[in-house]
Amino acid sequence: MPLQINGRQHVVVLEPRVSLLDALREHLDLTGSKKGCDQGTCGSCTVWIDGRRVLACLTLAVAASGHEIVTIEGLADGDQLHPMQRAFIEYDAFQCGYCTSGQIMSAIKVIEEGNAGTDEDIGEFMSGNICRCAAYPNIRAAIRHVRDEAGGRS
Amino acid sequence: MRPLTYSRAADVQDAIALATANPASAFLAGGTTEVDLIRAGISRSEHLVDINELPLRGVEDLPDGGLHIGALARMSDVARTPRVVERYPAISRALLLGASEQLRNMASMGGNLRQRTRCAYLRDGVSPCNKREPGSGCAALDGFNRGHAILGTSEHCIATHPSDVAVALVAFDAVIRTVGPEGERAIPFDDFFLLPGDTPQLEHPIAPGELIVGIDVPGAPIARGSVYLKFRDRQSYEFALVSVAAAIEVDDNVVAGVRIAMGGIGTKPWRARRAETALVGSPPNETSFRHAAAVELAEAVVREHNAFKVELAQRAMVRGLVHSLNGRQS
Repeated sequence: MPLQINGRQHVVVLEPRVSLLDALREHLDLTGSKKGCDQGTCGSCTVWIDGRRVLACLTLAVAASGHEIVTIEGLADGDQLHPMQRAFIEYDAFQCGYCTSGQIMSAIKVIEEGNAGTDEDIGEFMSGNICRCAAYPNIRAAIRHVRDEAGGRS
Repeated sequence: MRPLTYSRAADVQDAIALATANPASAFLAGGTTEVDLIRAGISRSEHLVDINELPLRGVEDLPDGGLHIGALARMSDVARTPRVVERYPAISRALLLGASEQLRNMASMGGNLRQRTRCAYLRDGVSPCNKREPGSGCAALDGFNRGHAILGTSEHCIATHPSDVAVALVAFDAVIRTVGPEGERAIPFDDFFLLPGDTPQLEHPIAPGELIVGIDVPGAPIARGSVYLKFRDRQSYEFALVSVAAAIEVDDNVVAGVRIAMGGIGTKPWRARRAETALVGSPPNETSFRHAAAVELAEAVVREHNAFKVELAQRAMVRGLVHSLNGRQS
């Protein structure tokens, strides 16, 4: 089946039961999306499909065929990190880093969706991304920084 | 490991034909319940019919001022549809208080109605569970049952229905539209969810191959002042211990109309008809609200860990009615 990932077409042969997350990690060497719970509760596998943030663990790869998939590996422009990636480094928005790619994939969308107006909104609309190290204050700081840099509350 | 095959339906008739051809079929929309339950070994589906290409995503006006919500409309889209926010704020609010934004982006309205209970004894795959293995018993009765139901239960099952939006929809007398091998049907919302009784494994009056194509929400001016309140252990991304959808209309200082439904306490999305009947014609004050709530909860059956829900549910109902009366939306 063809999979359109980060602007590139990949062709893989997979059983229907294989999740998009396993397809990315085990078959396409795109290991930036992490497997935390594998049951749709932790958010560490967050990717974008057709521009919306979704969970790769509950998406079957076969159902994602024909759609535009973006993973954490697709954010940087060459050596130039995405502003949200830079902000996460600048604001020390992680400790162990396992949830970070999912946090970043959500964080960019939370601003685009217009759900980052207040800290309360950020908390509510980032609640699908669990951080076991509880780096939440710094994650919020990184999101505020990008939001304000982007010229307000988008 | 069970076999699993997959096909994509081109239109509604194709979907029904594909699902009817294999009795172990399930429709695949957002997948947030089905994929999870297949992986956990709870779902017995062996063939998935992907219905995501069907044109069932719109929200359209009905002639009576109500709305038709397509079965494949995503929760996050419906929550932000201006006509839903204006006419049925409780529906929008209930959607936004459910799950996380990633799950709301995936999950469809039709799938939401067919999601399974979060009872841990169903999902662990080994405990006695009459939904999973009819006749095996119910581990929740004397197990950890803090989240379980207190209304509509039976000695065979006390699993709580988990949906938020279904609570708001049942308050407004929504109707579920289906198409199946036998043709089209309109199922009143309250009839779509079966009480467990002696057959907790039967959850919906829906035939093999029958597809939910949409939800009709009748026009209801009262719903414009509706609220949805949710009480839970975490502030976000958690199922309700108790939730309430409420809308109230006052005329000449008596309650002229009222809609109340509750989540977290019933084995189905719980329309509080007894409370509604008790309230109509009463003065709109906390004493009446408290009395109505007591009437509704009078037949609650509690277990070891969930007795607190009786009082919490009554307070929630009172608060929901007060907020609707005062024009607060949350």
